[in-house]
Amino acid sequence: MKPQTRKALLAVGALAVAAAALGVLALGNIEENLVYYWTPTDLLAKQTSVQDATIRLGGMVQKESLVWNAETLSLRFTMGEKPEPGGPSVVVVSTGAPPQMFREGIGCIVEGRFDGQIFHSDRLMVKHSNEYRPPEPGEDPRKKYETLVPERPATHPSGGGR
Amino acid sequence: MNSILGHLLVHLGLGAAGFGLVLGLIAGFRQSPRGLRWTEIAAYVFSAALILANLVMIWALLSHDFSVSYVAKVGSRSSPTWVTVVSLWSSLEGSLLFWAGVLGAFIALFTISSRGRFRDYMAFALAISLGVAAFFTLLLAGPADPFAPISPVPADGPGPNPLLQNHLLMVLHPPALYLGYVGLTIPYAIAMAAVLRGKLGEGWLVPLRTWTLGPWILLTVGIILGGWWAYEVLGWGGYWAWDPVENASLLPWLAATGYLHSAIVHERRRVLKVWTLSLVVVAFLLTLLGTFMTRSGIFNSVHAFAQSDIGPVFLAFIAVALLFSLGALAGRGHLLESEGRLGGVLSRETSFLLNNLVLLVFTFTVLLGTIYPLLTEALQGRKVSVGEPYFNQMAAPLGLMLVFLMGVGPALPWGRADLRRLAGGLGPPVAGALVTLIATLALGLREPLPLATFALSVFATVVALREIGATILAHCQTSAGAAAVLQRMAHNLVAGRRRIGGHVVHLGVVMIVVAIAASSSYKQVGESALGIGQSLTLGDFRLTYLRTEGREDPHRFSVAAHLALSRGETPLGELAPRLNFYATQREPVGAPAVRAVRGRDVYASLLSFENDGSQVVIKAFVNPLVSWLWWSLPLLCGGTLLAAWPRRRALPEVKR
Repeated sequence: MKPQTRKALLAVGALAVAAAALGVLALGNIEENLVYYWTPTDLLAKQTSVQDATIRLGGMVQKESLVWNAETLSLRFTMGEKPEPGGPSVVVVSTGAPPQMFREGIGCIVEGRFDGQIFHSDRLMVKHSNEYRPPEPGEDPRKKYETLVPERPATHPSGGGR
Repeated sequence: MNSILGHLLVHLGLGAAGFGLVLGLIAGFRQSPRGLRWTEIAAYVFSAALILANLVMIWALLSHDFSVSYVAKVGSRSSPTWVTVVSLWSSLEGSLLFWAGVLGAFIALFTISSRGRFRDYMAFALAISLGVAAFFTLLLAGPADPFAPISPVPADGPGPNPLLQNHLLMVLHPPALYLGYVGLTIPYAIAMAAVLRGKLGEGWLVPLRTWTLGPWILLTVGIILGGWWAYEVLGWGGYWAWDPVENASLLPWLAATGYLHSAIVHERRRVLKVWTLSLVVVAFLLTLLGTFMTRSGIFNSVHAFAQSDIGPVFLAFIAVALLFSLGALAGRGHLLESEGRLGGVLSRETSFLLNNLVLLVFTFTVLLGTIYPLLTEALQGRKVSVGEPYFNQMAAPLGLMLVFLMGVGPALPWGRADLRRLAGGLGPPVAGALVTLIATLALGLREPLPLATFALSVFATVVALREIGATILAHCQTSAGAAAVLQRMAHNLVAGRRRIGGHVVHLGVVMIVVAIAASSSYKQVGESALGIGQSLTLGDFRLTYLRTEGREDPHRFSVAAHLALSRGETPLGELAPRLNFYATQREPVGAPAVRAVRGRDVYASLLSFENDGSQVVIKAFVNPLVSWLWWSLPLLCGGTLLAAWPRRRALPEVKR
């Protein structure tokens, strides 16, 4: 074997070993840092195997379940598949203030861990769609800030969405 | 009317691009001057048609012509004019139209600037860029038609996605990224022309390099502006989240950066031809993949547009481009043989090779993390995403290695290093790194990763400054008098502009690295519900809630919480983070307030408010050195401009 060929083979071999090591390292690292996307039903079905996994849980905030503690900035509610109470559901305790439009009956996503009883979340997102859809009666957001616009009568009758 | 005109222009462009593709290939293989001439004409026709089509769309948007489907989708009579113009790239069809228009402009510029030169490559290069153009125009003619007429004509439209009309940076960030992304088509065409032609002469290297530097800096600027936009709009206090679409912009940047470095080895030693061209090809293929990821809606993100039908067509095109590139490189790559040899193990070449290796590994790890969720969902039905820690853990050591190589590389000579001279050359930068390490330890910093980053950054900075200084001051003899020295320095600046420009860019990169290390390691966060007069304390800063005010704009309502900022006893004015309410979206869009105070940003987001203004919930951050990210832009742009400045005839005469 010519010395040049041997050099080239050595280089290729070293590169292959390095690439394999990198692949194993990266894949292992990915598996450790996965975030699972589940619904309450999925979570309840798999709860024994998910003690340490980071989970993104998506569902509806069930009606009459929301408790907000302004002192500790913590939120407790039941997340289910439907906005009405009942069906598969998980109790969520979320730290941090909820977004402005957060309320019962809407879809939301929480990220955190499940200890078998309670889902502890440090991140809460409201599910929203960008599709145009006129506000339903009683949810016109303008009502909220009309009281905040200084020295100005409301020019639009409330409820008349654009 | 606008619909018909738009359709006509798109189809004219499609015809010209298809014609140019076929004719250019034939003219290239036959080396026919007449064929080349007609290919150039096809290129001009394509460019003119698509640029005009963009103008028609802008006109339709400005005149609120809701009979055009795209205007009906994103237009709104209540949007301010700048939002209306920006709407051109705010949704799928329009962004593809803009894309094709930008490609048209690039192709026209490329054709004009190369006219009468590089005759044996140009037919291939134009054919390939027109082939890419034909694909994008095909999307516009079929599955993503922005000009489709609709009836009945709606009276008004919803306006673009509120997130995109919340900040002026939206005017700059997408076009910069698009220009960079689209621009990488030209170096790809140049590289493939060299492969098809089976030779890569010295003359053809210059346009390859120049046409990569342009898109590279635009991509760089686009990525940084995107981070800035996220920081100013999204309200979570950060600028980069390893979102799949952010990754999509980073991937071609990494490959193109690898090319810019291996090109230097190629020019200097006449080796690594196929390798260098492959990096250009990889960068281009990654732009296609990135476009696919952003435009097909397979990822759910700020950037991803709604589900669309272009996915399969796009995947097919990526497959064709991949097979064509690989086939050409495998079949004809052997024609591009190395003319020189690499130097010893301890040489400048080795540092460039390692740089390439690290950049490729970086590209691979980011790509793997980005597409992993798609793979697991397709293969195992698991719905997952890859968390940020994976990317951070992989990126940190790779980034550090790059900074280290940035410092060591220029200190190494080409060929083979003389150890004693090397040790002498590394003295000052190593001393700088050690002083930094001791100083940061004395300041009480203990985390190994940022400490290593700061020390290595100073190391690389000293090297870059010394290289710039040495290049400018070369052969300056003080005995010759001030005028002669100044003339010599000016000559050196012109003659050494590529090296100087490169090192100026390195200084900008160091700023970014330091900013990332500082802001991710020493961030302070606080969140609190505040009544009037109550305050939130974060380190030595204090935010006191004053009042809430509402405001009505034509296209939105906004509610701002006014907070008094003070540092110790010194008042620093007011911060007013807002929530903006758009008619088309139930949830408000936040607009955080940021104030830079001596290298640190005080960043406040309004999370929620009471109807009567009695209480607000505020989340606040103190982010050190984030502003360095934005301040790196002048260095990056200035350095690139200097490096890319074309050689104009002979250099000014200097007496020796």
